[in-house]
This record gives sequence, structure tokens and C-alpha cells, in this order.
Amino acid sequence: MEDLLRDFLPVIIFLGLAIALGLVFIFAALIIAVRNPDPEKVSAYECGFNAFDDARMKFDVRFYLVSILFIIFDLEIAFLFPWAVAFKDVGLVGFWSMMVFLGVLTVGFAYEWKKGALEWA
Amino acid sequence: MTVADYAFYLFAILLVASGLFTVVARNPVHSVLWLILTFLSASGLFVLLGAEFVAMLLIIVYVGAVMVLFLFVVMMLDVDFAQLRGGMAKFMPFALLIGIVVLMQLSIAFGDWTAADGSQALRAAVTPDLTEVHNTAALGQLMYDDFLLLFQLAGLILLTAMIGAIVLTLRHNPNVKRQNVMAQMHRDPAKAMELKDVKSGQGL
Repeated sequence: MEDLLRDFLPVIIFLGLAIALGLVFIFAALIIAVRNPDPEKVSAYECGFNAFDDARMKFDVRFYLVSILFIIFDLEIAFLFPWAVAFKDVGLVGFWSMMVFLGVLTVGFAYEWKKGALEWA
Repeated sequence: MTVADYAFYLFAILLVASGLFTVVARNPVHSVLWLILTFLSASGLFVLLGAEFVAMLLIIVYVGAVMVLFLFVVMMLDVDFAQLRGGMAKFMPFALLIGIVVLMQLSIAFGDWTAADGSQALRAAVTPDLTEVHNTAALGQLMYDDFLLLFQLAGLILLTAMIGAIVLTLRHNPNVKRQNVMAQMHRDPAKAMELKDVKSGQGL
């Protein structure tokens, strides 16, 4: 347990800093900022006229394609981490199996590029 | 209680509370944010279990990528969530019934859970000694040669997912003019322009 705490001390420090900084920003906005609201000031503003409808609207499905492609390469990276950590122990078979894995995904990447999935419109 | 116990209860309470808020939040985008907090607490629990790699994976893959996907889905669906929430009180008994049934099934399954004889020993036989290597390295030593076939299959599944996503969602608009880099680079002045000698008073 002591070892675990020692290993994760930097993480805990960063986590504490992040939480503290987030709280400071929220409470600074509440305490320091001048607030003098009136109905016109807080109403939705849309370039001079009253807002037509809700700000929520349907997103294009192409955003979804971009994020799916991102997830796939994210997973590829996740497979690279243990390989890199155990690089001295994986041996020749492990090395080439990772190369084949990367090759397969590079085929996919080439397909994606050729198809123009990385281009907008 | 030790520090580990305190940390466990902190993460466990955070996890359950943020899971609850994921369900009851009015705004679906807020639900996604609560779900992110749930994943972060779960990764804290994994660290306490000693599974750092799974914890980091949860943050990299789920918080980093899957949540973006969820946000896009929430923004893409044309559903009036406020209207859906309106029926919540009406469906509450039914939802509670389903919840109780699932809880009973889980408790039956886990209450009756027994490991086969020697399964622990069989699992330990292939795993590197966890007192000497930490679990990311242990995973790396196992996955790339002992479980080569499964690893390559994972690669092929990722390739299939990539091609499937492209085939299903990619629609090119034919009315858009695109940049053709090769054509641009191979354009030369001799072909691109022409000089004409215009005689005075005649035109072309």
C-alpha cells in the first residue's frame, strides 16, 4: 500500500491541483466578478433578433465517422503500450506480430485516405 | 481504516452517485459528463486493485474516445429529451421491477459462482510472476507471442470496424470542387497559358 501511494503521488498531486484550480475558477467567478443582471442582459441573444428556436440541432453523421476512426486508432495505441513496456522481453515473434498488426491497420488507413474519409465534404 | 480503505469508499461512493446522476440528469449532455466522472472513479478503483493498465485504458479509451462518440450520438439524435423525461414518473414502477429482476439474477449468478478445480493454478502457470513485473509488462510479455492469434484477430476486427464505418457513413457530395494535389503540382506554364498575337483592328 505504501508503495502504491508513493508510485501514485505525482498523479494524486496533479489530481488535487486540477480539482483545486477548477474550484478556484468557479468560486472566483461567483465572488469577484461584478454581477448586475437584468432580463434583457440574460436573455438569449441572436444577432439582434429574438431567438427562433432551440440551440440544439441535429449534427451531421460525418462527425460520428471522424470519432469512430479516432477510437480505432486510439485502440491501436492502447495495444502499443504493453508492447513498448515489455519490449526487451517480447522477442522476435512479439516484435513481428506487432509489425503485422500495425501493417493491417495501415492497410485500413490507406483505404480511409484513398476513400477520402479524412476530407470534409 | 487505512488510506486504501478511505480511497476505496471515496471512489465507490463517487461512482454510485455519479452513475445515479447519469440517469436522472435532465440534460443529456450533463448525463455524458456524469458518465465521465463515473469512468474516472472506476479507474481509481482499478488502481486500488493494482490493475494500473486497465485504469489508464479506461481513461484513454473510454473517457478520451468513447465519450466523444456518446456526445456526438446525443447531439445527432433528434429526440426531445425533455418530453421523454416527462414520462419518467409513469414508467418508474416498471423500471424498478426490471431493476429488481436484474439484481436478483446477478445475485443468483454470483452467489452460485464457483471456480473449477485448478483454474487458479492454470491461470497462474502462464502469467509472469506478478511480484517481479508490474501488470502492464506482464500483459506485454503474454499478449504478443503466447496469444498471437487473438492479437492479430483484434487487429483484423479493428480493420473491419474501420472499413464498415467508412462504407456505412461516407457520402461524398458530388457538387464540391476538391483539391487535386498531383494535378496542381504537375501543371506547367506551357500548358496552362497560351499567347495569341492579336492583329490590330481584327480581334481574335
